Amino acid sequence: MSDAPADMSLMSPAQDAGRLTTKDGRPLKAALAAAEAQAKRKAFFLVLPLFLFVLITFVAPIGQLLHRSINNPGFTTHTDISSGTKTPIMVNIRDWFDANPAGTPPDEAAYEALAKDLVVLRELKAPGIVGTRINYERSGSRSLFTKTARKAAKLEPPYTEALLDIDEDWGDPQLWSVMRGASSAYTLNFYLAALDLTRDETGEIVSVNENRQVYVKLFTRTLVLSLLITFVCFVLAYPVAHLLATLPLRYSNLLMIFVLLPFWTSLLVRTTSWMVLLQSQGVVNDALVATGTIADDSRIQMMYNQTGTIIAMTHILLPFMILPLYSVMRPINPSYVRAARSLGATSWTAFRRIYFPQTIPGIGAGALLVFILAVGYYITPALVGGADGQLISNLIAFHMTKSLNWSLAAALAALLLGGVLVLYWLYDRLVGIDNLKLG
Amino acid sequence: MKRTLILTTALTSFAFAANAAEVTVMSWGGAYTKSQVEAYHKPFTAETGIAVNSVDSDNPATPIKAQVEAGNVTVDVADVEFSDAVRLCDEGLLEEIDASILPDAPDGTSAADDFIEGALQDCAVANIVWSTVYAYNTANVDGTPTTIGDFFDTDKFPGKRGLRKSAKATLEMALMADGVPAGEVYDVLETDEGVDRAFAKLDSIKDDIVWWEAGAQPPQLLADGEVSMSTAYNGRIFNAAVAEGQPLEVVWDGQILDFDLFVIPKGAPNKEEALEFIKFSTDTQRLADQASWISYGPARKSSGALVGKYSDGETDMAPHMPTAEANLGNALVNNFEFWVDQDAELNERFNAWLAQ
Repeated sequence: MSDAPADMSLMSPAQDAGRLTTKDGRPLKAALAAAEAQAKRKAFFLVLPLFLFVLITFVAPIGQLLHRSINNPGFTTHTDISSGTKTPIMVNIRDWFDANPAGTPPDEAAYEALAKDLVVLRELKAPGIVGTRINYERSGSRSLFTKTARKAAKLEPPYTEALLDIDEDWGDPQLWSVMRGASSAYTLNFYLAALDLTRDETGEIVSVNENRQVYVKLFTRTLVLSLLITFVCFVLAYPVAHLLATLPLRYSNLLMIFVLLPFWTSLLVRTTSWMVLLQSQGVVNDALVATGTIADDSRIQMMYNQTGTIIAMTHILLPFMILPLYSVMRPINPSYVRAARSLGATSWTAFRRIYFPQTIPGIGAGALLVFILAVGYYITPALVGGADGQLISNLIAFHMTKSLNWSLAAALAALLLGGVLVLYWLYDRLVGIDNLKLG
Repeated sequence: MKRTLILTTALTSFAFAANAAEVTVMSWGGAYTKSQVEAYHKPFTAETGIAVNSVDSDNPATPIKAQVEAGNVTVDVADVEFSDAVRLCDEGLLEEIDASILPDAPDGTSAADDFIEGALQDCAVANIVWSTVYAYNTANVDGTPTTIGDFFDTDKFPGKRGLRKSAKATLEMALMADGVPAGEVYDVLETDEGVDRAFAKLDSIKDDIVWWEAGAQPPQLLADGEVSMSTAYNGRIFNAAVAEGQPLEVVWDGQILDFDLFVIPKGAPNKEEALEFIKFSTDTQRLADQASWISYGPARKSSGALVGKYSDGETDMAPHMPTAEANLGNALVNNFEFWVDQDAELNERFNAWLAQ
């Protein structure tokens, strides 16, 4: 923008007669630039609150989350909770790892380093924390650390025998491989874990035992269920939105209230209402039994499984599909379809070739909204999903609030975020994001 | 205007003064929190003037850990299970509690001798002995289930089963139902084959399980007829049966005993008041009082003699206690060391199994 006046002054014949100046003698170009700079500053101050808000509530937490997914200092730094002092820990053994390449069997020097570190841990009251870090990747390590640290001060050389005497697990190559992995605060192991992978004794990446695989399965299930819910929402919402858009105002307003009332009702209330309706002793089953449709001992299980998740989530997300569709259908001029009909198109052809293409931006917006909300859904599946209706976000919540393996939770969340971004990119390539209309 | 100012200033300072003396106690909700409010909170406030805020969680150990690690502690006292108390203490997330500050028994026995073995830990003081049992709704079950095996036998006793969505207690019960004697459960569960065996037993009823998380859910599920049998904390069933008149029966065979302990998270905002609260609540009389509100055994030996009737004045509490002689026939004491160590691992396996 600021170039424009400069260009003009270049073209101006007045240039020959000397530079253009303002009334008080400043060069016009500089005065303009100053005025524009001021306007820009003002504009900047106006958006500053929003900018800060986005930075503090969006960019920073996501950055922190991504950082946590590759960083876990449990084995390298101890932070005292009351004072906040940071102390490097496991110093000796980390030095040994640095000096010896992966796969080196632990020698006396390694065990000596370990014993010294355990003494320090005991003083810091940190064996539990270090043990927990190792326990993430090798079970049973927690008590190994706490138990051994309790006796560490009394250990005498040769340390190899002394430590193996306390617990022969100290000779387990897998334990050493995990400790080596943890000896750097930065690691990709949490991403491996989030993809049901692990490192074996030599550091090779392998699948985890079949009966521990869960994350890939849940990612797939989340994706499939979200697509299914999006599709069901579309099928249900399209006719409703069409009715809303075409009915006379006083009917359509009433209908709109039926769409909006549930939308304004608390998510929890809606979810628990579905529980009341669909549980095996619930209203629906009772009605079916009372009318003799099903026998009392063969009540349909519609709650605490995938069916429950799909029904409740479809209902909750439905308005997010109806509203964008409605906003797109409302301004569509009915005379186009009438014109097509008058030119001999069947009602199906008129719909397919004239009406439907005009609603695509609404479908795109609704589908994207519903899908992205569904992928991250958490409360509803937690309440009505039982065992097989859980989604990946339930496991993220599990690791955030129960197992407190925040690094793994962050890795799972980052993968989910990445997946959604890839899908968004695909959507942009296939449909075009410009084709989106939210209202 | 001036008068309003003075008035509001006075009110504010009054409010601040009132705020200064308070303690936030986190517990498990429902009938259990109620028993603590009646037996501890109300008398504590009456005696000391310190207000008690009661907050609930499905398992207070998890928010405590999250709060301490995030450096934003809002809870002063939490009521947690044994293995969680030990683990949190190991990880340096709890304040240490010196057992010598606890009051002696009325006959002069020191607190250290008066509490049941294991009830006093470096960072924790037990208040109750509770147990995970299974219960059934007599209206929905034909016949009388008597053993833990009956819980897993859906041919003999058809119907849905409620189970806590957690590996702890669930795996032990599965093994006991599979014929492992209580004394050997943890030896078996320590091996991979043992874990497989427990999951295989759970597999046999997997399609019939309704999972619960909050302690208040099982009595509800049983009363609604949503499940015919459910595992539960024994006191919750007692309250639903006695106080609310629900047709629920407890089966004590295969019960799993555990402590609930008071802990103070590191960085608790009102640590002094928290200690006062724990001292007050775990004396002989208060522990006995709590037992008149819910059927959990007091953690002090000297309280036992003071336990009488339920607060309705009619029901004798003794036969409903998990520690009653008749109920200990095939009882398992929760091995906290095992769970401190295996909790993460077995819950991971449990989650994978759930998702299959």
